[in-house]
Amino acid sequence: MKEILLPNMNRIELTRIPFIKNTLKSRYPQLAVFIVMLVGYIFAILAGLIGTPVGSHNFSIVFVWIAWWAILILVAVPFFGRGWCAVCPIPLPGEWLQRGAILAPPDKRPKWLNLRVPKMFRNIWMQNISFLLLALFSSALLTTPNITGIVLAAMLFVAIGLSAIFERRAFCRYLCPVGGFIGLYSQTAPIELRIKDKQVCVKCVGKPCYNGSDAGYGCPWDVFPGGMTKNTYCGLCMECIRTCPHDNIAVNLRPFSADLAKPTARLDEAFKAFIMFGAAMIYAGVLLGPWGTLKDAAYNVGTGAWFMYAVIFLAIIFIVLPGLFTLGIMTTKGRQSLKQRFMSLSTALIPLGLMFWVAFSLSFVLTNASYILAALSDPLALGWNLFGTANAAWQPMLTTILAPAQTLALVVGLVWSARTAQKVNEAGTSTIPVIVYCFVATSIMLWLLL
Amino acid sequence: MKRPELISRILIITGILLAVGAPLFLWARTPLIHARMAEDGGWNPDVIQAETGKPLHLKLTSDDVVHGFAVGQMDMQSVDILPGKVTEITLTFDKPGIYTFFCTRWCGLNHWRMRGTIEVTGGSDIITAGGSSEPASVPLYVSLDLDIDAPHDSPVIPNEKPSAMNGQLLGANLPIDQSLDYYLSHSPYQVFTDLSDTSLTESQKWDAVAYLWQSNTTPESLANGKELYAQNCAACHGENGAGDGVFADDLAEAGEASMQTMEGATDMVMQTPVDFTDPSRILGASPALLQGKILRGGMGTGMPMWGVIFTEEQIWDLIAYIYSFQFEYQK
Repeated sequence: MKEILLPNMNRIELTRIPFIKNTLKSRYPQLAVFIVMLVGYIFAILAGLIGTPVGSHNFSIVFVWIAWWAILILVAVPFFGRGWCAVCPIPLPGEWLQRGAILAPPDKRPKWLNLRVPKMFRNIWMQNISFLLLALFSSALLTTPNITGIVLAAMLFVAIGLSAIFERRAFCRYLCPVGGFIGLYSQTAPIELRIKDKQVCVKCVGKPCYNGSDAGYGCPWDVFPGGMTKNTYCGLCMECIRTCPHDNIAVNLRPFSADLAKPTARLDEAFKAFIMFGAAMIYAGVLLGPWGTLKDAAYNVGTGAWFMYAVIFLAIIFIVLPGLFTLGIMTTKGRQSLKQRFMSLSTALIPLGLMFWVAFSLSFVLTNASYILAALSDPLALGWNLFGTANAAWQPMLTTILAPAQTLALVVGLVWSARTAQKVNEAGTSTIPVIVYCFVATSIMLWLLL
Repeated sequence: MKRPELISRILIITGILLAVGAPLFLWARTPLIHARMAEDGGWNPDVIQAETGKPLHLKLTSDDVVHGFAVGQMDMQSVDILPGKVTEITLTFDKPGIYTFFCTRWCGLNHWRMRGTIEVTGGSDIITAGGSSEPASVPLYVSLDLDIDAPHDSPVIPNEKPSAMNGQLLGANLPIDQSLDYYLSHSPYQVFTDLSDTSLTESQKWDAVAYLWQSNTTPESLANGKELYAQNCAACHGENGAGDGVFADDLAEAGEASMQTMEGATDMVMQTPVDFTDPSRILGASPALLQGKILRGGMGTGMPMWGVIFTEEQIWDLIAYIYSFQFEYQK
């Protein structure tokens, strides 16, 4: 009986370790990290605005788009899912404003408008759009410190503004351009926050994990932990661990991509998978490919060539990739409707999409990692040499293992996706079209990268 | 309010103030001189104040490509300014005046426009261009009343490169005025015509001219001129003087474009850099005329004004080198 209630036999409950449990339960360790992150975030904004316009020597570009991105896509997302969201400083000022306190128990009466986000926006379409907006401007964003500074500042201020209008973390949940794909790929991570025993939640009075109590705030991510089946929308903020009166919340170590076996994908999530899948391939072509015209078109925002690039970018993501996928699965028959099959089979693209990003990021992160040392010693480009590394020469790192590592990532991604497709597929229908689709896409990616 | 809440708030506010204030403070107290390509603004600031005898510390950074920094008419090594990096330099001025600083790297088509001034005060109150408090001497081309924009092509050109060595063999008894003034104020063609009464053949006359030019320069002067030429002139006039430097084509294009915007100025000289290997052009020009062209620059042609940058001696060295494209000198 217990096994049915808790299909957790292949989980290791990390919160059984007292040190981990106490660290997560206490507000102070997280707050300390938040403050350090916030200081770094604001410093990055300032460096972007007043530092050198030379991207490769500007702290904001080097730390956000090389160092942070490397940690996010190569470590945080694959191994900790939404681990970044757990320490991201963007919601901190807004939540202070919204709650009127940092640590003190929440007021019964809301301080601001505290509106519920309208139903039509309670999905990740806004995140799909915000990611695509940044993606289309990315060549300029990734190389121009001013633009990076402005975008970072804008995210902070929009988050503060939304905190005053809507309840909980509306920015994180519905608008953050990064949060959308972290959520999607967090399903593959070997970490999860889940309840221990469903019956406890059923009987729980007042549901303080969702509504808040003197011990803490109601789920900032607008999720009821008792009903959670996937990582996508759990921000790992640990608030429910603090509020649960029954000690029924656990952080588990689990097999990779455990969430993908029984997909509950919606259309917005399915398209998120295609957006990320396509964007990785387009980026590999634009940023790493040998085509100067393409690079120019992507960089010269606002020109005719850029509009062409934008149209092709969107067409690949919204028409070509999903279209070919649909044509593929149309050749098979199944009990579910085509739309249902499209949504559930698109889950198979998630592991491969993540590995596309890993392979692509390895390339530019290793190429540009040496800029980190120089920027660390002279973060405002004022001629300092804090750690003696200001004049570290630019040198690509680990060049010999780059191509094998990328190939390995893509092959692992392909096998992983093929297995995912077989798991999600209802019995009896063929998954060959999906696997062929993934194989062709992997081959293209391999060609673009190597 | 409970103590932890208060401490948290203080910590966050302190953190925010530090993150905003510290960079702004440090940035404001470290004034940098920014170098950008001329079309994006050139030097910023482009006017610097200094006092005689007091060391002037400058921190230079580039916002785009590699630039260089040097001050005209000053004995100093130019320094490179790398993108996103800071180059420090200390200058001390002995005399008050307005000095010109300039880019020493071929950063782009308008590289030559990347100039700024250092206004040095103190000691004497008289400020004159060129960093000298003494009254500037009138350049030769002015005292000779030369029209340096008038055509000056040589109607006769030698069949082969005149040889100074052959000229020397002809003996020193030729009826040539050996004074420096004569050399400076006469073009090779004028000297050639002054030899018309002699019994020399045409090529012998040209050889004699070459010898006169060689005897008015030194190997050191030529070497110095060559170095200055490579640094400052070759970008447009070409490494070998043929007017085919890396910027030559772009200059011609930019010239055509600017011609279209200047109504009624169609008869203006095209902006193609002068070809120093063209005998009619150079053999018809006196050293004084070339000095005028270099000092003043070619207005409207893209040829910059060098008077504020080169010393008089440097200009004569350059002129000596320019003639070496026409004459065969003793190695």
